Order: sequence, then C-alpha cells, then structure tokens
Amino acid sequence: MAASENAGTNGPSAGEYIQHHLQHLQKNFSFENVKQTSLVDFSVFNLDSLFYSVILGVLGCFVLWRAARKASSGVPGRFQAAVEILSEMVESQARGVIHNAKSRKLVAPLALTVFVWIFLMNAMDMLPVDALPVLWHSIGPSMGFSDYQRVVPTADLSTTLGLSVSVLLISLFYSVKIKGVGGWTHELMAAPFGDRFFLYPVNFLMQLIEFAAKTISHGMRLFGNMFAGELIFMLIALMGGAWAWQFNPLSGGFWLGIGHVIAGTVWSLFHILVITLQAFIFMMLTLIYVGQAHDSH
Amino acid sequence: MENILGLVALACGLIVGLGALGASIGIALMGGKFLEASARQPELMNELQTKMFILAGLIDAAFLIGVAIALLFAFARPFAV
Repeated sequence: MAASENAGTNGPSAGEYIQHHLQHLQKNFSFENVKQTSLVDFSVFNLDSLFYSVILGVLGCFVLWRAARKASSGVPGRFQAAVEILSEMVESQARGVIHNAKSRKLVAPLALTVFVWIFLMNAMDMLPVDALPVLWHSIGPSMGFSDYQRVVPTADLSTTLGLSVSVLLISLFYSVKIKGVGGWTHELMAAPFGDRFFLYPVNFLMQLIEFAAKTISHGMRLFGNMFAGELIFMLIALMGGAWAWQFNPLSGGFWLGIGHVIAGTVWSLFHILVITLQAFIFMMLTLIYVGQAHDSH
Repeated sequence: MENILGLVALACGLIVGLGALGASIGIALMGGKFLEASARQPELMNELQTKMFILAGLIDAAFLIGVAIALLFAFARPFAV
C-alpha cells in the first residue's frame, strides 16, 4: 500500500505506513496467513524473506556459473575479468586468515558465496522502497495472501541470525576436525585462564559467552545496518508521499519534494557503500571465525 | 500518553546523539591513526586501508543499529499501547 496512492480521505498516517511496511508476509507450517505475536516464534516463517533470498541465491550462483562456463584462458572479457577480480580478492583474504590449504578449498568458495549472496540481498534496498510492495498489492491479496511484503531479506533478523548460526556450526565443525574431539574439549575447558581443574567451569562459561557473543553480534550487525537503511528509505518515501498531496508552493509541504530528492540521492549513494561494506565485513568475519577454529591454544 | 510520547522523543534523541558521538570519536581516532601510520610507512597503505574499512563498518554498525531502534520507537511505537 503506497502512501501516495491512498492520499484521499482515509490515507494511512506516517506511523501506520511504516508499521505496515515492517510486517512480514508470514505463514505457518500449514500455509495459513498468520501474524507473529511473540518475539521468538518457531511456528511461523517469513515467506517473503525466504522467497527473495532463494531467488537471489540462485541468481548469484547462475551468474558465477555462467562466468565459470564461459571462462577462457585467452584475453578475458569484461565480465570474466570482473568475476576473476572478485574471486581473487576473496582468495587473497582467505589466504591471509586461514593458513590451512586443505580447509581453504572449502572455506574460500564459502566466503565467496556469502559475499555475493549477502551483497545481492542487501542490494534489494536499492530498489524503490514501494515498487515491489505495490506490485504485490495488486497480485497478492487476490491470490489469498495477506497484503504484506518486505523485499530486503537481510533486514529480517531470522535471515541474518540463520546465516550467523550456520557460520558458527561450520567453525565448530572445523574445531572438531582440526583438533579432534579430545583436543577441542580440552580447549573448551582450559582455554582462557589455564589448565587447572578448578578453573574448568569458569573457562567453559567464558567459551560459551564468546561463542554466543560472536554469533549474535555477527547476525545483529548486518540486520541492524540493513534495517536502519530500509527505515530511512521509508522515511524518505514518506517525504515524497507528503509532497504529492500538498502540491502548493506556499505551504511548507512543497519543499518536502525537494528534500525527498536530495535526501534520497544522498542516502542511496551512501547506502551503496554500506551494502558492499556490510557484505564484505560479514565475509571477513566468517573467514576470521573459521580461522580461529584452526588456532590451538 | 503525552508524557510517554515526550519521554520516547527524548530517548530517541539520546540514542541517536550519544551513538553519533561515540561513532564519530571512534572513526576520528581510527582515521587519524591510519593517516599517521600510512605517512610513516606508505608501503603498508593498501593493506591498512582494507582493515580500516572493516573497522569503520564495525564502528558504524553500533550507531546504525541505534538509529534503527530510535526510528522504530519514533514510528512503530512498540511501547505506546
């Protein structure tokens, strides 16, 4: 529902517009329309985040697959050169952090996937904030779905925490693989303070806190950045919406249109930096956490 | 009700203002150190730049999360029934 479309008698207020846009298209596991009521609810899933993240993952894989299929050892074309620069960048970062060549074979492609996928998901922020929701407004309700749509999958805490928990599982897997079950258990018990048996509970508690803090901050950082970006795009859209029904140079509302264009341009340009940087940081922290699993104390 | 809204407005101001203060001090310290270090050893500049961008993102993140929470309080109003 775009604010400017309903600008007549019963248009939504600014708060209602934002609240409507912050609601996910949620389904439960028997595919009924539901609304999440508690903060943590494992009986619902966000269909829109799932849909867009899977579509973008397939798109990213397809683009990289095409580049790999058409790669030539002669003079590379522009597209091949771009993909080569990207994968060499990831490869060199991986070489700097993970010193085990055998695990790099899995982890460097993983980091490339993470980078490309998160970049694409973040880049959904660059679409006009109302474009896909308005499209959904004309298709979705007639097909029996509720009229909610959020197009940035990384502005959903479920997506980002899912990614960071996957990274945690991978680093736990590498901890066991590199150090063995015994070595890893010993590290869990003896790591920060020393190998004294009366220190074992304290050490174990510290390790648990470290894992929890790493994983939660990893996911929250991406979510917070994307959520803030999306909210600010909505506010900028509201400025334009307010302008559209106060089209009178004498009232103050007229200048909101100019503010809309300026603020939209500035924030979009800044956001190009933010989406790339956040995808890069997520990739680097993935590498660093997996690299830490290789260090022994 | 008005009292709650006024306090929420003050809270939003504090969240954004103090977050911006911290993030600016952090970025300023790091940027200054980066310039100093690359003036001393220009050959390390590229390597340091990557690390500086990572840290800039880390410093910025806390502030942007604060902005998101403040905007949420201002518009979605989770506390006003």
